[in-house]
Amino acid sequence: MSEHDEATVRAEVRAWLEANWNPGYGLIEWRTKLIESGWGAPHWPRQWYGRDLPVAMNAVVDEEFARVGAVGVAKAGIRTLAAATILAHGTDLHKKKFLRRILTGEDTWCQLFSEPGSGSDMAGAVTRADRRGNQWVINGQKVWTTSAHKAHWGLLLARANWDVAKHKGLAYFVLDMKQPGVQVHPLKQMNGHASFNQVFFTDAIVEPEMMICDVGDGWTVATTTLMHERRGADGLRSWATGSDRSGRIYEEERAEVATTMEPYKWYPQRAGRVDLVLERARETGKIDDPIVRQEIARLLIMSKTAEWTARRARAAQEQGRPQGPEGSLGKLVSSHVARQAARVHTYITGADALLRGKDSPMEGVIAEILVSVPATSIAGGTDEIQRNIISERVLKMPKEISVDTDKPFRDVPRNIVSS
Amino acid sequence: MRFSFTPEQEEFRAGLRRALEARSPTKEVRRLMATEAGWERDGWQRLNSELGLTAIQIPEEYGGQGFGFGELGIVLEEMGRSLLCAPFLSTALAAMAIQNAGSEEQKGALLPALADGSRTATLAVTEDNGRNDAAGIAMTATQSGGVWRLVGTKSFVLDGHTADLIVVLARLAGTRGDQGLAFFTVAGDAAGLDRRRLDTMDETRKLARLQFASVEAAPLGEPGKAAAAFDRTMQQAVICLANEMVGGADRLRQDALDYTKMRMQFGRSIASFQVTKHKAADMLVDVEMAKSAAYYAAAALDEGDDDLPALAALAKAAASEAYLQTAIHAVQMHGGIGFTWDNDTHLWFKRAKSSEILFGDANWHREQMMRHWKH
Repeated sequence: MSEHDEATVRAEVRAWLEANWNPGYGLIEWRTKLIESGWGAPHWPRQWYGRDLPVAMNAVVDEEFARVGAVGVAKAGIRTLAAATILAHGTDLHKKKFLRRILTGEDTWCQLFSEPGSGSDMAGAVTRADRRGNQWVINGQKVWTTSAHKAHWGLLLARANWDVAKHKGLAYFVLDMKQPGVQVHPLKQMNGHASFNQVFFTDAIVEPEMMICDVGDGWTVATTTLMHERRGADGLRSWATGSDRSGRIYEEERAEVATTMEPYKWYPQRAGRVDLVLERARETGKIDDPIVRQEIARLLIMSKTAEWTARRARAAQEQGRPQGPEGSLGKLVSSHVARQAARVHTYITGADALLRGKDSPMEGVIAEILVSVPATSIAGGTDEIQRNIISERVLKMPKEISVDTDKPFRDVPRNIVSS
Repeated sequence: MRFSFTPEQEEFRAGLRRALEARSPTKEVRRLMATEAGWERDGWQRLNSELGLTAIQIPEEYGGQGFGFGELGIVLEEMGRSLLCAPFLSTALAAMAIQNAGSEEQKGALLPALADGSRTATLAVTEDNGRNDAAGIAMTATQSGGVWRLVGTKSFVLDGHTADLIVVLARLAGTRGDQGLAFFTVAGDAAGLDRRRLDTMDETRKLARLQFASVEAAPLGEPGKAAAAFDRTMQQAVICLANEMVGGADRLRQDALDYTKMRMQFGRSIASFQVTKHKAADMLVDVEMAKSAAYYAAAALDEGDDDLPALAALAKAAASEAYLQTAIHAVQMHGGIGFTWDNDTHLWFKRAKSSEILFGDANWHREQMMRHWKH
């Protein structure tokens, strides 16, 4: 993008905000106006609430919004994945029905992909979609569904054809979560939080026009959603605060952020809280223990080299050079860092690491680190899947010989469930 | 730059890699490592004058090219990759000590011959106790009738048996710790100097034990005031070594990966087994992380970062762990053939081991890092 374009965009958005922004609006009222202008999602198509601007211009627009304290469209949560998927694969009917209410924040969404029987092997989903009369009927179970209890709509991956290979028989639906055939139960985690849900379908109904693409295209559509999930994962969590200004619209926005981000409140602990280590070691005096010092140094080395490796990847990207292998390592490395951090926090904390909650250091933060870190090497693609990705895509090693992709899915062995 | 190389640097690296692949194949490494010297003067001087290697980091006013540690790091990384048998690191370390400790006049007198490759040099710090800090220095320097003389022993000296010039760290009699340190230069053939090549596990890196029986020496800088120059020289030394190490580690990793892709067992490529793939992925992580640290530290040196003592220690600790772990995995991925003399893996395995220990192991550097950490 040339300077001129950036300057033009900046001037345009600034002029529009000067003419239109007023903190006296209600949240939905303001966003409705904003969406019509195209400044709420400038990189989206003109036809659908955007301005056809390059993604890089979003930063310029965001700066101008921040400058005057203007509230933006609803951005956090699964709704952004829904929007990206619908924009890429949806019909005009889908776009008309869903996109506006995604941006205003009136609708919230959830992602119904993982199942108890298929986590890493997501294409092995066995939730059934059967055609009965003029409707799809859904039966089965999903899991790890963030915010399902609040969601209006779900992005559902289900099996519609059992006579073809596993990737070929999937369909992708938009499912109305507020119907009798859908039951949502919280799933309590080992750290005591319940950020996710189990979702049970008993003859849940989907109208035929709510299928995205066709039977057999489900995996391709799901790949789009997952790609945006990986790409946006960090952005989603860094956007964790509303403005601290006073006024009704800000309060409404803060309430929305608080609700959306509630499931993620333990995520900093999940990553190991390396930031606390030196201070805690000084407090407890363990900073003088030569063995603990070695472990702290190991952690700092991991954490710093992880940061620098990510910076190398970003520098390559910014200079328009092909990214080297360093770009694919971040997820795996973050697991190593988190695990070492939990080890170090244990050494530093000593007997107090036996406790949790108010009896424990930092009102339970340290205890929460110790029991949250195991999630890091599982969520968003296990360490094992990351290693497969690195070895196949970066190191060009052959895929493990598969035994389930060249036969009808109904003949593929499934979990042995003991009674 | 701490996170990327310039197009010129990348081009320089590519050219150097091609040259070293042609001039230092493992057949040549094996031939030279079996010689007493460990390198050959004619071949090295030719390569050095063609590529201007020893001149890289020496300032232009002393006959060098005046590049920084970024470029020097590239040279060392590529030499680590090819296991070039040459007195490059030893000469570079001596040149750094001369730049850190010497007067303008001394730099002008000593550096040009190192830059043009007509003389080789080395840095003699460590003694029989194997330490790399001031407290380990026992060699004494005494002055009598305007002449300085050294008494004591230096050991584990890189290319110490062949160096034309030796930069020696000693201390004034009666001093301790950081006090009273002094750098001197001694000619390799000085009277009273007994040099013996040590039998090294890593045959590609020759070490020597030097006994000084009242050897006449020329002070480098002001005797007794060398503490700061010594610290800086050792930080530079470990950053240089870390860059050399990540080159070797990356080469080992790549060779082991290539081997798994051609090795068939149980009717399939062993590279298709997840157990092999996951190991290969872990090796890539280890090596890339260590590279990030080595590159960052070299750039920090060029930019004058005040956290340098910690960053140097970090880079060496990271490289030590990564190189050795990569070497262990590389032997394992080769299986039985990886344990044979004829397979080349052991050449880098031993280099990994010698580099792990040289200038302080990972435990020592982690402790240094904790003492200096500000980052």
